[in-house]
Amino acid sequence: MLESAINEAKQKVVEYSIFAEKMIEKAIKGLLEKNRELLEEVINEDENQANRREIDIENQGITIIARFSPKAKELRTILMILKMNNDLERICDHAVDIAESALYLIERPQLKPFIDIPRMSTLTMQMLSDAIDSFIEEDPSKANEVVKKDDIIDDFRDQILRELITYMSTDMNTIERALRILNIARHLERIADLSTNICEDVIYMVEGRNIKHHFTLMEDKED
Amino acid sequence: MEDQILTIRNLNAYFGDFHAVKNVNMTVYKNTITAIMGPSGCGKTTLIRCINRLHELTEGAYTTGEIYLKNNNILSMNPIIIRRQIGMVFQKPNPFPTMSIYDNVIAGYKINGIKMDKTEMDTIVENALKKAALWDEVKDKLKQKGAFLSGGQQQRLCIARAIAMKPEIILLDEPTSALDPKSTLKIEELLEELKKDITILIVTHNIAQAARISDYTAFMYLGELIEYDKSDKMFTNPSNPKTNEYLKGCFG
Repeated sequence: MLESAINEAKQKVVEYSIFAEKMIEKAIKGLLEKNRELLEEVINEDENQANRREIDIENQGITIIARFSPKAKELRTILMILKMNNDLERICDHAVDIAESALYLIERPQLKPFIDIPRMSTLTMQMLSDAIDSFIEEDPSKANEVVKKDDIIDDFRDQILRELITYMSTDMNTIERALRILNIARHLERIADLSTNICEDVIYMVEGRNIKHHFTLMEDKED
Repeated sequence: MEDQILTIRNLNAYFGDFHAVKNVNMTVYKNTITAIMGPSGCGKTTLIRCINRLHELTEGAYTTGEIYLKNNNILSMNPIIIRRQIGMVFQKPNPFPTMSIYDNVIAGYKINGIKMDKTEMDTIVENALKKAALWDEVKDKLKQKGAFLSGGQQQRLCIARAIAMKPEIILLDEPTSALDPKSTLKIEELLEELKKDITILIVTHNIAQAARISDYTAFMYLGELIEYDKSDKMFTNPSNPKTNEYLKGCFG
């Protein structure tokens, strides 16, 4: 009974993550292809659906705790599902923010060819997808690989910032567009961070080991 | 929305002057598990004993109100017919001690004087024991006495006996309170499976059990039905503060 309830919640969270991934994909595609319809779909339709999914999973998680009083790994799993649910809702919010910045940008002359943003978004979506795979497969080593990729995303963001500064410092008319592009990079970077959170939770779920903020490292030193 | 199978209207049950069940109204839905929980003496057992007309067998006991099984008022029907349609399993496993496992399962038919050929009886016994998840454990010793089985097996034998009559509903009165945790889990899993065919009402003072297995939960206190709702709602956000207090363990 508990097992089937947890499996159902797991299934819903996996479906939610696929939905979130598609929202990011649409937002970036809308930017690159100047597709207003796609961007408006993310803002006006997908966000509502994402919020409904979040509430549904949250209710289910609370019900499982209230009805089955899970212990040990089952308790860690249901807590992980609830935290992941929260992370996914924020990921969807970031996708909406990307779509809003993209709506502004596609109506104006393109400041520069998009090279790093597509690369960054591809890697970000890959991180999210791998994070979910590590959750499905309960694979801490895969989760660890995702955590390591977070630095590459940070490098992308810094590279984009440096490049945009050169545009802004030479022509003030580029500032608003540059800030919008920077915003998109910033949202992608936050999505990658949230994917990393999911992976840290997977490690906690499977091994009961908390690696957040290098916590394990600090504990080891104290020993 | 599930189909209604049992409707209780303004039900009152008395033991002489003592008012044990006070104006209960509730609807039970087909193919669900409904748990009735509450502290000792709250009237939960009396309530289910009214449903298959056992309450009135106690001297001085009587009921008022209506209980409908589909469209038929149970309280004005022949109790023998009712008990064929509404089976009961008690707290303490009570197989007939002198009867074999086989005869225990088929007992309802024999007591009711229903004649059948051997093949038909064999099929009923096998199906009931399979549904009660007991067949694999007893198929080679059907002629042995039921009293030799373990407590958990005896309780499953009682469930097999109840479901052999192909009832619409089975009532279970604290069916696991005399069992160890492993046997309890087995019975709970069995009930989950059985509800596909039969509607189940279970009386329990075990809040965790009610939460785990039921689709609907009724909370009774001092003879009154305090709250009755879907279990998902009852255990996360009960409407009545008394239910909240009971779930917190403040009384009972």
